[in-house]
Amino acid sequence: MDSELIGLLIDSFGKILLPGLAMTLPLTAISFALALIIAVAAALVQFANVRVLRQLARFYIWVIRGTPLLVQLYIVFYGLPNVGVTLEPFPAAIIVFSINTGAYAAETVRAALESVPVGQIEAGECVGMSYLQVMRRIVLPQAMRTAFPSLANSVISLMKDTSLAANITVTEMFMATQRIAARTYEHLALYIEVAIVYLLFSTVLTKLQRMGEKRLSAYQSRKE
Amino acid sequence: MLLKATNVHKTFDNTLRVLDGVSLSVEQGDVVSILGPSGSGKTTLLRCLNFLERADEGRLEFGGREYDMAHTSKRDIAAIRKKTGFVFQSYNLFANKTALQNVTEGLIVARKIPRDQADETGRRALAKVGLSDRCDHYPSQLSGGQQQRVAIARAIAAEPQIIYFDEPTSALDPELIGEVLAVMRQLADDGMTMLVVTHELNFARYVSNKVIFMEHGRIVEQGPAREFFENPREERTRAFLQTVGDRLSPQDKE
Ligand SMILES: Nc1ncnc2c1ncn2[C@@H]1O[C@H](COP(=O)(O)OP(=O)(O)O)[C@@H](O)[C@H]1O
Ligand SMILES: [Mg+2]
Repeated sequence: MDSELIGLLIDSFGKILLPGLAMTLPLTAISFALALIIAVAAALVQFANVRVLRQLARFYIWVIRGTPLLVQLYIVFYGLPNVGVTLEPFPAAIIVFSINTGAYAAETVRAALESVPVGQIEAGECVGMSYLQVMRRIVLPQAMRTAFPSLANSVISLMKDTSLAANITVTEMFMATQRIAARTYEHLALYIEVAIVYLLFSTVLTKLQRMGEKRLSAYQSRKE
Repeated sequence: MLLKATNVHKTFDNTLRVLDGVSLSVEQGDVVSILGPSGSGKTTLLRCLNFLERADEGRLEFGGREYDMAHTSKRDIAAIRKKTGFVFQSYNLFANKTALQNVTEGLIVARKIPRDQADETGRRALAKVGLSDRCDHYPSQLSGGQQQRVAIARAIAAEPQIIYFDEPTSALDPELIGEVLAVMRQLADDGMTMLVVTHELNFARYVSNKVIFMEHGRIVEQGPAREFFENPREERTRAFLQTVGDRLSPQDKE
């Protein structure tokens, strides 16, 4: 490797990392927070068998999981202006990523809800708690702990998928890399460099996942 | 009379008649054992009395009021449940709560009792079942017998007027059955009203004062415990007692 290329890589590292920290991570965090709300709602209405809403949730999950994320981004960002709905790139990306991840996470949460023994719900009702109280205090906390590893994987997937937002002109770190590459023609080196930054981010997230799992498993393991 | 159920019917899947006109009454302080072969509807009867299962028909008199069991409102069900306790065969402790939290959860959340007061009540209930030193243990850290005793503490903490037990020792290893039966006997001595589905003949014979024998969704015979065991009137009862009596090992007998 010549010193010129090394200089470019050192110089570009900051230019890639910065949009990573300023755009990729916030995009991931905000989208996932919203996805989680959508997922819990969509899972709960199915679990509790709420009429109409249950079917609505099934329909939503069917459509979102059955179509490509990139196509969803195009529909919202390039398609909706045709019917008068024009969104800025960042909000459009947030909307698509949260709706998309929400559909997958909804299935995870629903399965986790179903894994809580129904006897605990009955026991809760027998001590006078309402169905909603039992859900909030007994079932959901257990389900979220069960779902945690899966949900953590979703966060990591989502973080990598935010690179697709470059297609709708969000200046996240992949877009930043593309610009430098177009200018310098050092495609191979730069795309490997951005891959390494993504790897760095996923590694940190995986570490956080491990730590989280350890903390959450307190009641599931025998201490003695 | 504390509780009276009249003509309770329950059918599953429109065809399976599980309860076929069951009537029973329980006096204050009664300990009633319900015996009967597996599948005779004992669990379903208890679940209907506490509305975990909805009876198709039947009247329930409880706490000075009368309810149509097929159409009891949510509000009435909640009110009834606040005056009753239920102990399940499989304990059904809240896995994400400690022993103490299992006992206090209903007090705090459903009855709006302040936390420190609920904690005090909870500790007293756990002391009563001999688990003062296990307050902060999670269910996964307790033996089956201990879990069932926590479940009993959870049931008594709210000072119910009656506690339903559905085969409380059937899921336990033989060496753990005794500790649970001892707690139940203690409750009986304290005057707690109990309706107990059980296969423990010694409990039925020597702890409970009344026995009900069920088969095919009907009550075949009911009466004072002593009379039931020494002088059963029905042929079916005699046959049943013979089969289960034979199955008892000598050390189970008192
Ligand atoms: N939720 C249910 N759905 C359909 N059948 C049931 C249900 N619960 C119980 N049964 C049936 O009702 C009958 C009586 O069951 P149960 O009350 O559990 O009897 P027991 O407790 O005396 O063994 C059994 O044949 C059982 O299979
Ligand atoms: Mg049963």
